[in-house]
Amino acid sequence: MPIRANTRDRLRTYIGQYGLIAVLLIMPVVFGIHDLVEDGNLTRLGNNFVAGISNGAIWALIALGYTLVYGIIELINFAHGEVFMIGSLISAAWFWGTIGLTEETALIALILGLLASLVVAMLASGALNVMIERVAYRPLRGAPKLAPLITAVGMSFILQNVGILWIGGSPEGVPQLVNPQKDLFDIGGVVINQGDLLALGTTIPLVLLLTTFISQSRMGRAMRATAQDPEAARLMGINVDTTISLTFLLGGLMAGAAGLVYALYQTSIWYFQGFQAGLIAFTAAVMGGIGNLQGAVLGGFIIGIIQQTSDNRIGGEWTPAIVFAYLVLIMVFRPQGLLGEETREAG
Amino acid sequence: MTPKTDRRTLLMVGIAVPIIVLFATALLGMNLFMAIVLGLFLAARMLFPDDRRATVAVIVLAILWAVALPFVHDEGGEFMSIGTLILAYAVMALGLNIIVGYAGLLDLGYVAFFALGALTAGWFMSDFFSNAGKGGDGIHFGVSEQASGLFGIHFNFLIVVVIAIVVCTIAGMLIGLPTLRLRGDYIAIVTLAFGEIIGRIVINGDQLHFGDAPLVGGGLEKVFGEGAVFSAGREGITPIDKIYLPPLNGGEPFLSLNLRPWFLVALAMVLIVLFVNYRLRDSRLGRAWIALREDEVAAASMGVPLVRTKLLAYGTGAAFGGISGVFLASRLSVVNADQFQFFFSIFILAMVILGGLGSIEGVLIGAGVLVYLNFKFIPDVNEKPREWFDLDLDLSELSAGIYGFLLVIMMLLRPQGLIPERRRKMELVEHVGTGQTSGVGGPSDDTLYEARA
Repeated sequence: MPIRANTRDRLRTYIGQYGLIAVLLIMPVVFGIHDLVEDGNLTRLGNNFVAGISNGAIWALIALGYTLVYGIIELINFAHGEVFMIGSLISAAWFWGTIGLTEETALIALILGLLASLVVAMLASGALNVMIERVAYRPLRGAPKLAPLITAVGMSFILQNVGILWIGGSPEGVPQLVNPQKDLFDIGGVVINQGDLLALGTTIPLVLLLTTFISQSRMGRAMRATAQDPEAARLMGINVDTTISLTFLLGGLMAGAAGLVYALYQTSIWYFQGFQAGLIAFTAAVMGGIGNLQGAVLGGFIIGIIQQTSDNRIGGEWTPAIVFAYLVLIMVFRPQGLLGEETREAG
Repeated sequence: MTPKTDRRTLLMVGIAVPIIVLFATALLGMNLFMAIVLGLFLAARMLFPDDRRATVAVIVLAILWAVALPFVHDEGGEFMSIGTLILAYAVMALGLNIIVGYAGLLDLGYVAFFALGALTAGWFMSDFFSNAGKGGDGIHFGVSEQASGLFGIHFNFLIVVVIAIVVCTIAGMLIGLPTLRLRGDYIAIVTLAFGEIIGRIVINGDQLHFGDAPLVGGGLEKVFGEGAVFSAGREGITPIDKIYLPPLNGGEPFLSLNLRPWFLVALAMVLIVLFVNYRLRDSRLGRAWIALREDEVAAASMGVPLVRTKLLAYGTGAAFGGISGVFLASRLSVVNADQFQFFFSIFILAMVILGGLGSIEGVLIGAGVLVYLNFKFIPDVNEKPREWFDLDLDLSELSAGIYGFLLVIMMLLRPQGLIPERRRKMELVEHVGTGQTSGVGGPSDDTLYEARA
């Protein structure tokens, strides 16, 4: 009997490792062959990938917030998508108007203005996220695990309502400060435009800063310790409540940055944008292995690519179904997510 | 047995009974006498929690009371419409309670079963397949005279319910399959994904021609008629046949303005579901679910077959969603793809959590409170203050916020739910004693969170 169990285990490991890669490769390979036959090159697929990666960069920033919070208190923070939406609204509906950023602003002033609004959006979203934790989640520590899920949904309705009161019920156009469609480079037909540069140029430094902070700083170490075992962390003199607040702050900062990039990239804002984005970003976090920062970023990129390819080839109305179908397949082959380690939670 | 007369219980009775009477009369518009009787039932339950004879008496009287309800209220009045909705949603909440409350499998995609049930009604109770039957005359079975002359497929409500149960049970088990190896919130995300996928398929169903299906396409076209598609997409399928159950409503199909037969059918569904819920909870299977919820590893080592137990939980819960889906489709007379949103799953889940996970009475009250809030209070908030105070104030813009605010407040005030399940209540009290309260989300030895630069 032990031999049989061993073989089965090995088979499972193989399926876990290679089955997933096969699943992820389905779309690129099918459409790559299609492109090679039809056009004789891979330009179209390449363009799908570039657009997907820059879209995915926004999802990655939001997904970091989900993964941080889940890692430390095992809560799906349903209000996180709305924090991102508020970040968008603060930068686009309020800040740009206040300091007078328009399409005609000179380049230097524009860059400074956008950096300022990045800081404002991040701080506001971070503070909002901390406040949500104080009001809606902290009183429920030690309560049944699902109770905070409902307060999270409640907070998300409240924030959506704030969005409606602020800019109304329909999507609002915002000044096209950065022309996202303007081409920058052309590598063998694959075009990289300003929007791609904007999204990646914001996301990559922020992700690097965040991972460095969490892996190097004293507070980051406290966060990891709390995530591992809150009781032991408390015994070691870590202030668990402060650490949890810090986690929400970091998640909110990332969501605020995502909100600004989204407004610049899509040049429109909507009170409901956070809902769909939140769902997608949460999917990205799970896909990458929830609790794992690199996983969240990777998941964001993968979902962005799936979305773009599907929008472009199959039709936008099917995209959500395809993204979620991928998620189910990944869960089947690798329950712990792409980069997650096998834990008891997902063994 | 003597009643529980300690001061705490009396105090709770003193608070709970007036609240429920006020809620029923002032907010739901229930007849005052009936509301007081309801209050007495509650008081009896709280004062004699363990007395078997008292419990049986209360149950029998409560059923009689519920059957009498529609006859003391206006047949087309507000109480009847809200009451019917509450009952229909209670069926779904009780179904989800089996999955989430008993078996502890967090399901965020319950809307899938509502969608499948409603779509079954759309297929078999309307003129949607207008070319079905010989020469396009339609297929009819057990329907009223007027419906038997219509195009499309028209089956009797009960047959459609059976079909919906079969469809949803199979769908529930299929959705359950990929989650077998998963635990905790990973189950939540996979079920959420299936809910979204099924919602998407219904929305885009007008592109899915049965004739295009591989292998079986020709056969399907023969059954459902030429050019049949999966669903009508955003246009919606309407009208859906009204329920036709001969002795009720004088042998005619139900009318949308006379709600008494609707209420009685919904009540019958709730009673059946309640019976199944109570019996299942105390059965071998129900105890297996609860063991699974408490500790999967321990349950498995005690000989609980994990796969079968989990799949049965999904299947049973899903079937209830399907039953209620058929009823609601017929009641609202429309199957619209935009009904099948993620919000719906959350709405039903909120009923279960707010009422008290695993607690049947709690879930019933949770359904009552949330249906009231969603379908009466929020619309009223937009209308009433303007009538009362003659204010030119549009509160409709605030409705989502008020709803969210109420959810937060209710959960903060009673995190364990309105009526916690007894078993859970004991656990909660125990935890206070052992110093578990300071923990963050319960004990966890796992590294869920790592950062490697």
